[in-house]
Amino acid sequence: MANAKKQLEISDEVAIQITKMNKWFGSFHVLRDIDLTVQRGERIVVAGPSGSGKSTLIRCINALEEHQEGLITVDGTVLSSDLKNIDTIRSEVGMCFQHFNLFPHLTILENCMLAPIWVRKVPQKEALETAMHFLEKVKIPEQANKYPGQLSGGQQQRVAIARSLCMKPRIMLFDEPTSALDPEMIKEVLDTMVTLAEDGMTMIVVTHEMGFAREVANRVIFMDEGQIIEQNEPEAFFDNPQNERTKLFLSQILGH
Amino acid sequence: MVDQSFVRTEIVPEKSAPLSEAGIVGWFKKNMFSDIPNTILTGVVLYIIFMVLGNILPWVFSPTWNSVSLTECRSILAEIGRDGHGNGGACWGVIRERWLQLMFGFYPSELYWRPVLSFLLLGVALAPVLFDRVSRKILFFTAVYPFICFWLIWGGSIWFPVSVFTGFIISYFGFVIGSKSAGSLAGVLAAMALPIIWWFVLLSPVNSALNSIIPLGSEAIDSDRLGGFMLAILIGVTGIALSLPIGILLALGRQSDLPILKGVCVCFIEFIRGVPLITLLFVASTLLNVFLPPGSNFDLILRVMIMVTLFASAYMAEVIRGGLAALPKGQYEAADSLGLDYWKAQRLIILPQALKISIPGIVSTFIGLFKDTTLVSIIGLLDPLGLSTNIRADMAWNGILWELYGFVALIFFIFCFSMSRYSMYLERKLATGH
Ligand SMILES: Nc1ncnc2c1ncn2[C@@H]1O[C@H](COP(=O)(O)OP(=O)(O)OP(=O)(O)O)[C@@H](O)[C@H]1O
Ligand SMILES: [Mg+2]
Repeated sequence: MANAKKQLEISDEVAIQITKMNKWFGSFHVLRDIDLTVQRGERIVVAGPSGSGKSTLIRCINALEEHQEGLITVDGTVLSSDLKNIDTIRSEVGMCFQHFNLFPHLTILENCMLAPIWVRKVPQKEALETAMHFLEKVKIPEQANKYPGQLSGGQQQRVAIARSLCMKPRIMLFDEPTSALDPEMIKEVLDTMVTLAEDGMTMIVVTHEMGFAREVANRVIFMDEGQIIEQNEPEAFFDNPQNERTKLFLSQILGH
Repeated sequence: MVDQSFVRTEIVPEKSAPLSEAGIVGWFKKNMFSDIPNTILTGVVLYIIFMVLGNILPWVFSPTWNSVSLTECRSILAEIGRDGHGNGGACWGVIRERWLQLMFGFYPSELYWRPVLSFLLLGVALAPVLFDRVSRKILFFTAVYPFICFWLIWGGSIWFPVSVFTGFIISYFGFVIGSKSAGSLAGVLAAMALPIIWWFVLLSPVNSALNSIIPLGSEAIDSDRLGGFMLAILIGVTGIALSLPIGILLALGRQSDLPILKGVCVCFIEFIRGVPLITLLFVASTLLNVFLPPGSNFDLILRVMIMVTLFASAYMAEVIRGGLAALPKGQYEAADSLGLDYWKAQRLIILPQALKISIPGIVSTFIGLFKDTTLVSIIGLLDPLGLSTNIRADMAWNGILWELYGFVALIFFIFCFSMSRYSMYLERKLATGH
C-alpha cells in the first residue's frame, strides 16, 4: 500500500462540485451547508462519528437521497429532480454498500452483466467479456457461476465492486465497504480498492480504516453533526488536527 | 501436572455407522420407539389408523360398480351379507353412470372431444410457463391458447376469436408505429385506443362480413350447457392466469409514491377483501345487468370469471405485498445506483425475489380460488357440486351422498395437491443458497 499514492496524479478537471447543499429528514437538518469540490483522480476519505451524515452525503451524490437546497454537479451534469439527469449521473457514478447488496437470485456473472445489458444496451457477448475482465481484476473469476449466498463476505464485496465497475463509472462511492467484514477479509477488499486508486479512479470512501486513509487518500474529510468540520491531507489531518472535535474523534478511534 | 500435549500420528479411518443408527431397524428405533411415551404414542396412533382404515376400506371396496340404481346397490350388498348401503358399502354405480356428466355438465356428448382437446392443449400452453426446460418458442402458443380454448369450448364462428385476437395485434403495431413516429406516449395511446375502436366499433361489421364471405365455424354451444369440472377448471384457470398479473400491479400500486394511484389500489383491495365472494357472485348474476346497456347479452360465465379474478387479485396483491416488504431496502438501492429505471428494477431485481418469497402464499391463493369455484353453484351454475345436487334429485340415486361428494373431493384434491407439489418443486429449484 505504502508507495501506492506517490505517483498518482490529480487532474484540474472537476468531477464533483457541491455548493451550499442542505438536506433535511423531515424537520431534522442532516446536512448543513456542504461545500465540496472533488477533482478527477482524487481519493477522498470521509470520516466522522456515527450519525454525522457521512452516508447521507455520498448518497446525495448519486441521488439515492434527494437534497432540498444547494447544487450538486457531477461531471458537468446538474443534479435536479429531473429524472433524465438522475439516470445520466447514476450511470457515471458507481456505488458500493456496507452490506454489498448483491442480487441473491442471480449468479455472480449475471449480477455483473445485468446493468450493462439493460441500462447501457451493451451486447450480451461484450457484457460477458467486461464482466469476466473485472472479475479477474478483483481476483475471483472462478466464482463467476456461483450465487452470492455461496461466497464469503470479502468475496461478495469484491463482486459488488466488480459489478459497479462493469458500468464503466468515472467516479466510485464507497459507504463503509469493510465494516461488515471479518478482519481477515478486510485486507482483500482494501487491496482491491488500492488497485482501483492506482488506475486513477475518482473515489469517495466513507470508512473507519484509518490505515487506508493514510496510505491511499489524498484528502481526508471529517464530518460531525452534518457539517464538514475539517479537511486536510492525511499526514496533516492525522498528525496535526486543528479542531477540538477532530482531536477527540481521532483520539477515540486511534486510542486503542 | 498431567501432560496434555498431544500429536496425532495416524488419521482415524471412516467406518460405516452401526446398524442401530443406519438401517431400517435403526430408523424405527430412533423415530418410533425411542422411549416409553414415544412407544405408547406410536401404539395409539397405529390403533387409530387401523380403526379408520378398517371402517373405510370395506366401504370403498364394494362390488356395486355396475348397479343402475340405489335400490339395486342395496340388494347387491344384502346378498353378500353386508348391512345395506351406508355402513355396508358404497354404491359406485352412480359414479359409473354420471362421471361424464360430473366432468362436462350437459355438454353434448358427441362433442366431448372439444373440451378434452382444449384440456390437453392447456397442458401444452402451460408447459413453457411451468418448466423452463421446455422451449420458449411454445410461449407463442400460450399467448394464442385462450382464443383457441374459447373457440373449442363455445364453438360458433371462428372469426369472432380471431378478430378479438387481431385487436391485440393491432394494439402491438399501434404501439410500435406510434412510438416510432411520435414518441412513447403516442405509442401507448395508440396501443390503447386502436384496439378499443377495433373491438367496439369495427369488430361486429367485419365479423358479419367475414361470416357471409367465408362461413367458417363449428357448432355453437350455449353457456348453460357447460358444467362440471370443465366449468370449475375454466373459471379456475382464468382466475389463476389473470389474478397473478393483476395482483402484482395492485401490489406495486399500493407501494407507489403517487397518492391517487395508491389510494385507488388500497380502496380496491380493501373493498374486495371486505366482501364475501358470494356477494360478488350475486352481483355478477343479478346486479351487473343494471349497469350494462339494456339488451346486451353478457355471458354469465364470463361475468363470474371476472368477479372470481377480481376477488383473487385482491388477495394476491396482499400476498405479493408481503413479499415486496420482505426484501431489504438495499436491493432497491443497488438497482437504483446501477441506473436501472423503475420498471426494469421491478422486473429484473425486485419481483423475481418478491415472487419467490411469496410462492407459498401465491399457491395457497390459487388453491383457494380453485376450490371457491364451487360457490358458483349458488347462483345456479352447474359446477361439480351443483351437479351433485342435480344427480341426487334423480329417483334412481336419491339418497346417495358420500359417493358423489367423495368423488368430487378426490378430483379437487388431485388438482390442489398437484399445485402444492409444484410450488414445492419451484421453491427447491429457485433456492440459491441464501
Ligand atoms: N431515511 C432517514 N430518515 C430519517 N432520518 C435518517 C434517515 N437516514 C438517516 N437518518 C438520520 O440522519 C443522520 C445521519 O445518518 P447517516 O446514515 O448519514 O450517518 P452516518 O454518518 O453514515 O453514520 P454511520 O457511521 O452510523 O453510518 C442520523 O442521525 C440518522 O438517524
Ligand atoms: Mg453510514
